[in-house]
Amino acid sequence: MAGKKLPPLPAAATLPEADVLLRMMADMRRALAKPVSERRWVMVIDQRKCIGCHACTISCIAENKLPPGVVYRPVIEQESGTYPHVARTFLPRPCMQCDNPPCVPVCPVEATFKRPDGIVEVNYDQCIGCRYCIAACPYNARTFDFGDYYTKSTPGGVQAYEKAATFEYGKKRARDHEASPVGNARKCHFCLHRLEEGMPPACTTTCVGRATYFGDANDPESLVHELIGSPNIQVLKPEANTKPRVYYLV
Amino acid sequence: MKAMRYLFGALWAVAFVLGLVGVWQRVTHGHELAGYGSYVVWGLWVAAYAYFVGLSAGSFLFAALVNVLDVKILKPLTRIALWTSLVSIGVAMVAVLLDLGHMSRAFKVFTSANFSSMMTWMTWLYTAFAILLALVGWFMYRENERMVKALFTIGIPLAIAFPGGGGALFATLSAKPYWHQPLYPVFFVVGALVSGGALLAALAALVWPRRTEMIRLAGKIVLGLIAVDLLLEWAEYSIPLWYGVSPEKEVLMQVLTGPYWWVFWIVHILLGCAVPVMLLMMKPASPTAVGLAGALTAVTFLAVRLNIVIPGQVTPELQGLENAFSDNRLTFAYSPTTHEWLVVLFLAALGIGALWLGARFLPLINTKEVQQDERAA
Repeated sequence: MAGKKLPPLPAAATLPEADVLLRMMADMRRALAKPVSERRWVMVIDQRKCIGCHACTISCIAENKLPPGVVYRPVIEQESGTYPHVARTFLPRPCMQCDNPPCVPVCPVEATFKRPDGIVEVNYDQCIGCRYCIAACPYNARTFDFGDYYTKSTPGGVQAYEKAATFEYGKKRARDHEASPVGNARKCHFCLHRLEEGMPPACTTTCVGRATYFGDANDPESLVHELIGSPNIQVLKPEANTKPRVYYLV
Repeated sequence: MKAMRYLFGALWAVAFVLGLVGVWQRVTHGHELAGYGSYVVWGLWVAAYAYFVGLSAGSFLFAALVNVLDVKILKPLTRIALWTSLVSIGVAMVAVLLDLGHMSRAFKVFTSANFSSMMTWMTWLYTAFAILLALVGWFMYRENERMVKALFTIGIPLAIAFPGGGGALFATLSAKPYWHQPLYPVFFVVGALVSGGALLAALAALVWPRRTEMIRLAGKIVLGLIAVDLLLEWAEYSIPLWYGVSPEKEVLMQVLTGPYWWVFWIVHILLGCAVPVMLLMMKPASPTAVGLAGALTAVTFLAVRLNIVIPGQVTPELQGLENAFSDNRLTFAYSPTTHEWLVVLFLAALGIGALWLGARFLPLINTKEVQQDERAA
């Protein structure tokens, strides 16, 4: 039987009360239609909206199957003032995907490099695990995969979920003894494997307070383009001259 | 004397076996048993690497300068200095290899070299240096003195470049204010000379205790080098600390008064400088005093390397990061684990074993030149 003819749905993202995620996804669809070198992925984090729930940290760990000791997006808690005038602010710290990245030139084997869309990638099969890049990062944004497991010393041994494959940089990798990414430097990559499928990074999607925004700063119509034009925009450690692609609204 | 030799042999065997346990742990468990983490990312093994590189460059520079400047009294030390240099660079490479996350990919530094990285430069310079050492050995064996002298002359800038580059490997990282200072490459070259020269003074006292002039001169050189090293250290500490408001103050105070204060004050200043200086000044011609002074300075120099590598990493880049995510790999505190010490024991045993093998089976000590020299004397 023939289905009922329906009028097309209104573009939800354009409604003023629509979830900001819909707008970001629409922004991403436009960006993905362009050649990769014309995209400029940036992240904006609104510190005034962040409630310090750490959902971004956890979703990142779940998305990228991160082992103990490897964290891409910790949330730093800062306290200021003295009682009774006190305040607490939260600073999520992903990789800044710097335009002038100190981690890239130090790599002795060109295992870490800047992609045309601006993401700093780590080639796990090339990395020798010297950790020079980790020492070079002024944000401590890189961590080393020591090959640890959360459940190793439990009665049942290492649980299957800890060996689940990661899809970072679009390649499936099951976790196994010393195979990469064990023994490699690891870092946030804006969930590149999700971006390529039109999905925002896991941290952005799961942000309870919708405090993390993502998109293409080369697109004047995009939300992030609008936000980084705000007068209250900042970057971390501007004096380090790293030119970060993660901005903070304060 | 024989009993001492047996005791030393037994101690060496114990150290070697324990060291092998450490290496076995490293091979079977990867980096799991190491105490360093993702914030203090380089630990004892990197300090050991810097230490052995220093010994290597220092011994070579000593031999090269003695030959190029034709310092006759010290010339018999040339071969043993070269062998020490070769052994030390080999041990340093083993240290750094064991520190890599993927040892099997080390060759990529040659096949996919990135020459903007100081680490690439270092690896290539070490290789060039090892080739040069082999060539010097070969031409010495062939008794081609012209080539030996030419290679020594080429070797001097090379042996200044690689410890200097070792300093630059740390100093070029702008993220670490403790390391990011122009003095570091110079500091590393002087450090290489101090530790290498001291080791050779100790070896001279051990091998030729009756050559008073040689012992006296070797001791004098060590004394002078310790003075230069202390002067540089004074500059390194006094300038950022003078007004007490610099960003490096916290790290420097960690070194001087933190939980590992004794590494600086007891191991380095007292045992590595004060005691040797006293011995060298009070008994400049005594082989026991010079030997002990040299050995103390050379061995305790590991403390200087540790105080370079570790403190540079103990302050968070972003305040509060240490509490943001709880994990024992994500802390800014570090102390080497037993496993790491076992591996260092292996490196030391490897070096001492190779030195002994060289002295036993290679024409290092009882050479034709030395015999001629003895006859002339």
